[in-house]
Amino acid sequence: MIASLSLVLLCQLAGEVFVRGLGVPMPGPVVGLVLLLLLLLARDRFAVLARGPLRQDGVEPVAKNMLAHLSLLFVPAGVGVVQKLDLVAEHGFVIFAILAVSVVITLLVTVVTFLIASRLMARGQGAP
Amino acid sequence: MSGNPFALWVYLSQTPLLWLTVTLLVYAITDAVSQATHRHPLANPVLHAMWIIAAFLLLTGTSYTTYFGGAQFVHFLLGPATVALAVPLYENRKVVISAILPMIAALVVGCATAIVSVVLLAEAAGLPRTVVLSLAPKSVTAGVAMGVSESLGADPSLTAVAVVLTGIMGAIIVTPLMNRMGITDFRARGFAVGLASHGIGTARAFQVDAVAGVFAGIAMSLNALVTSLLVPLLVR
Repeated sequence: MIASLSLVLLCQLAGEVFVRGLGVPMPGPVVGLVLLLLLLLARDRFAVLARGPLRQDGVEPVAKNMLAHLSLLFVPAGVGVVQKLDLVAEHGFVIFAILAVSVVITLLVTVVTFLIASRLMARGQGAP
Repeated sequence: MSGNPFALWVYLSQTPLLWLTVTLLVYAITDAVSQATHRHPLANPVLHAMWIIAAFLLLTGTSYTTYFGGAQFVHFLLGPATVALAVPLYENRKVVISAILPMIAALVVGCATAIVSVVLLAEAAGLPRTVVLSLAPKSVTAGVAMGVSESLGADPSLTAVAVVLTGIMGAIIVTPLMNRMGITDFRARGFAVGLASHGIGTARAFQVDAVAGVFAGIAMSLNALVTSLLVPLLVR
C-alpha cells in the first residue's frame, strides 16, 4: 500500500516538475494522471514493469479507495465560505442563482452534444 | 488536569487534531445519513458537512486559518485523487476509446459553455470584476480552479467556494434533470455531470451507475486540462 501511494505521489510530483519546469499552463496533477495512465498501459506491454505497485492489483485498489471518498476532499474548501460572509450578504443570492443556472445549462449542452455526436458516429459507421 | 475546561478548549482549538477530527467525523455522519436515505440527492454529504462545520466555526469564533491547519491534510489529497483517476480510466479504456469522438465534442462545447455562461450571467448581473473572474473556472476541481483564479488575478478562496457550490448543485440536480429529459445513456449522463460538477458530480455519478462514474471521472480530468487552457483565452 505504501509503495502504491508513493507511486501516485511520485506521478503528481513529476507532473508538478514538468509543469513548473517548462512553464506549461496546465495543472500538475492532470499531467500526473496522464503519466500514471501511460505507466499502466506500458505495464501490459512490457512484463518487466509489472512489479511493485505496478503489478496487477497493486496501485488499483489504493486508487479506488481514494476515489471512493472523493467528495470528502472538497469539504475544507467549501467551509472557506466563512471567510466570505460579507460577500454572501451583499451578492450571495445573485451568485447562487447564477451558478445554478450555469450548471443546468452546462449539463444540458454537454449531454445533448454527447448524444448528437454519438448518433452521428453510429450513422457514419452504419453506412461506410 | 486543571479545573478549567476553558483552558483545555483554548489548547485544543489551536491544534490540527481537533479540526481534522471534526472534518472527518461530521463527514462520516452526513455520509451515513446520505446512505440511510438511499443517496437522496438533497442529502448530499458535502453540502451538509459544509454548513455544519461552518456554523461550528462561527459559533466557537474559530478562524478559517486555524480550521485549515487541521483540514489541510484532507484538502491536500485532492491532488493525489486527481492522479488516481488514471486507474478507472485504464480499466475502462475499451469503453472510452469507443466513445472518444462524442467525448471530444462534448468536452469542447461543454467546457466553453460552462465558462461563457457564468461570465455572461455574472456580467449581466453587474457583479464586480474580481467576482466575475473568480466564478469563471467554477466547473473544474478545486485545486485546478484555484490555480486558474490566481493566474487571472482573481480571488482563489472565492473560487473554491464557487467550485464546491457548483459541484453540490450539479450533483443534486443531475439525476432528476436527466430522468425528466428521458436520457438513458449513462455514458452521456456521467460525462455531463463530471464536466459541469467535477469531483462532487463524479462522486454522485459513481453512486448512480459505474459506467456513469467512469465517464464523469474522465470528463472531470479532461475538463481540468481544457479549462486551464480556455479560461485565459475566453476571459479578458
